[in-house]
Amino acid sequence: MPAAPAAPPVTLTLEGDRLGLAGRLTICRATTLEADLPLALAGSEGPLTIDLSRVEGMDTVGAWFVHRLLRDRPGSRLEGASADAERLIAEVAHADRPVRLRPDHVPFLERELGKLGAYVFEFFHTLSTSLAFIGLTLVAGWRALTQGRGVRWGAVTVQMEQTGVNALGIIGLMSFLIGIVLAQQGAVQLQQFGAEIFVINLVGRATFRELGILLTAIMVAGRSASAFAAQIGAMKLAEEVDAMRTIGIDPMEVLVLPRVIAMILMMPLLAFYASILSIVGGGLFAWLSLEIPPATFVQRLREVVPLTDFWIGMSKAPVFGALIAVIGCFQGFQVSGNAESVGQRTTLAVVQAIFVVIVLDAFFAVFYTAIGFK
Amino acid sequence: MRNREPIIRVQGLKNQFGAQVVHQGLDLDVMPGEILGVVGGSGSGKSVLLRSIIGLQQPAEGHVEVLGRAVTGNDATEDADLTRQWGVLFQGGALFSGMTVAENVQVPLREYFSLSDALMGEIASYKVAMVGLPPEAGPKYPSELSGGMKKRAALARALALDPQLLFLDEPTAGLDPIAAQGFDALIRTLKETMGLTVFLITHDLDTLYAICDRVAVIADRKIIAVDRIEALKQLDHPWVQEYFSGPRGRAAATAQGARRPESASSYEEA
Repeated sequence: MPAAPAAPPVTLTLEGDRLGLAGRLTICRATTLEADLPLALAGSEGPLTIDLSRVEGMDTVGAWFVHRLLRDRPGSRLEGASADAERLIAEVAHADRPVRLRPDHVPFLERELGKLGAYVFEFFHTLSTSLAFIGLTLVAGWRALTQGRGVRWGAVTVQMEQTGVNALGIIGLMSFLIGIVLAQQGAVQLQQFGAEIFVINLVGRATFRELGILLTAIMVAGRSASAFAAQIGAMKLAEEVDAMRTIGIDPMEVLVLPRVIAMILMMPLLAFYASILSIVGGGLFAWLSLEIPPATFVQRLREVVPLTDFWIGMSKAPVFGALIAVIGCFQGFQVSGNAESVGQRTTLAVVQAIFVVIVLDAFFAVFYTAIGFK
Repeated sequence: MRNREPIIRVQGLKNQFGAQVVHQGLDLDVMPGEILGVVGGSGSGKSVLLRSIIGLQQPAEGHVEVLGRAVTGNDATEDADLTRQWGVLFQGGALFSGMTVAENVQVPLREYFSLSDALMGEIASYKVAMVGLPPEAGPKYPSELSGGMKKRAALARALALDPQLLFLDEPTAGLDPIAAQGFDALIRTLKETMGLTVFLITHDLDTLYAICDRVAVIADRKIIAVDRIEALKQLDHPWVQEYFSGPRGRAAATAQGARRPESASSYEEA
């Protein structure tokens, strides 16, 4: 707190029923006034005569203190107040109306039960609206294909650049490092059996079948689901979405569809790219540390990784992409009210997208194993 | 009677965004206790001037002094000392959206003073009542308020520290005429009771006639004139002529003549 400018401090003197105030009655002195006033008035009762003749300056806070005295001690009167001070006190007195500051207090049990109910309601509400949202997206997709202006490919390419091309650096680096870690940790265990060569099986199969796509999906969920939610949320707050509707543009068609299509197209490409870089990382480690030359690595990779692994990975990618995009856009449309809501919805978008991706990946794993792709 | 040192002094201000020069050699003095209106076409740099005065915009050249102190180049303590002398009402209100109206008003109080909760509640109540908000507005969030109520709540926050100086950026824009008239009256009353100096950016001709002591005109990247409206009307500048003598300007002048014939301004008396 900055030091208050040096001014004579406020002083209070009580003689009989005569309260003398001197100095500056301003907000800078409010702390002193609040503490000293009850002390100075201790033991005195009944109407006061408040002498303001030695007051050097007053603002509304000072006026409020004087007004409070006049109000709480009926019959009190002012003496020596300047015209400005009187006007200020009158203005404050005029504004002394009961104003509610806080929402009504609700008892603990009722409040917590209310919260629980709100959660349950919110859960089912989100479930049904998100299903409806997926339906709306499909309808918009169908309409775009069969009638109207068709898919907005300009917007799709912009989104492909933002969600795909711009993500190449970080996803590539991450996959490369994961490949090295996978090979290195696998090698430590496999060396105990003298079976380092199986590092190639480990890296190749795990990457194409699971890790390449899963880690890419998690990264994309973090990057793009949040971006979609924040972009659409901010547009919603600024009434841009409403403006589109009034012009007759369907927000599903211009905002959601291009994002979903871009993600469906980009996710397999990103997943393939990530898998390759992961293999490169693993291969580099195998070459430098296990002395398996690249030619042998590639040769062995072709022998042990079945093509079904590749197709399993690639078949999951567009599904993950579509879901991440839909969840991001859905949460964006749920934004309402204030800036805080944008933050909440963005967080929710990322959490839900990652959660859905992992749950769905588990289903895929069980399904493909069950139908015999081992 | 009044201190004739200007409360705001802007000298040789130059603001530039890339190649676009917004202000060049702009000078302006605001006297204590006056309501100064600032007018100018859209994009003439009214808001940029406001931002320069309150230190949000670092000028390319020139010097800005408020209450005798430079507004840029201070350390944090000096900045805090200066900023609590003024209140700012932004165009859109700029209320903190995660807080209720009452909490918004209490933000500056909490920042600068350690008052008891009870006193802070009382201060917030009378400020809320003073700007003409209904009693049930206190616990509401900004998103639950209408445009006019948001402006009033933002004004209550701007007035929370009883500032000497009040900056208003288009206070009546977007209000219905009755609400705008009420807002004009409110600012006038507050100025008279609290002895405020008001720096007011507006497009609203009625507001200019109703409450401004002097009007500054921004055109051609500088202040081309600062004077009473009657004197400005005589000014030979195409924009000024069109502004005050166009149909809207004449209508506002006539309305004002009918409403407040005794419009002797307190600045003129000073």
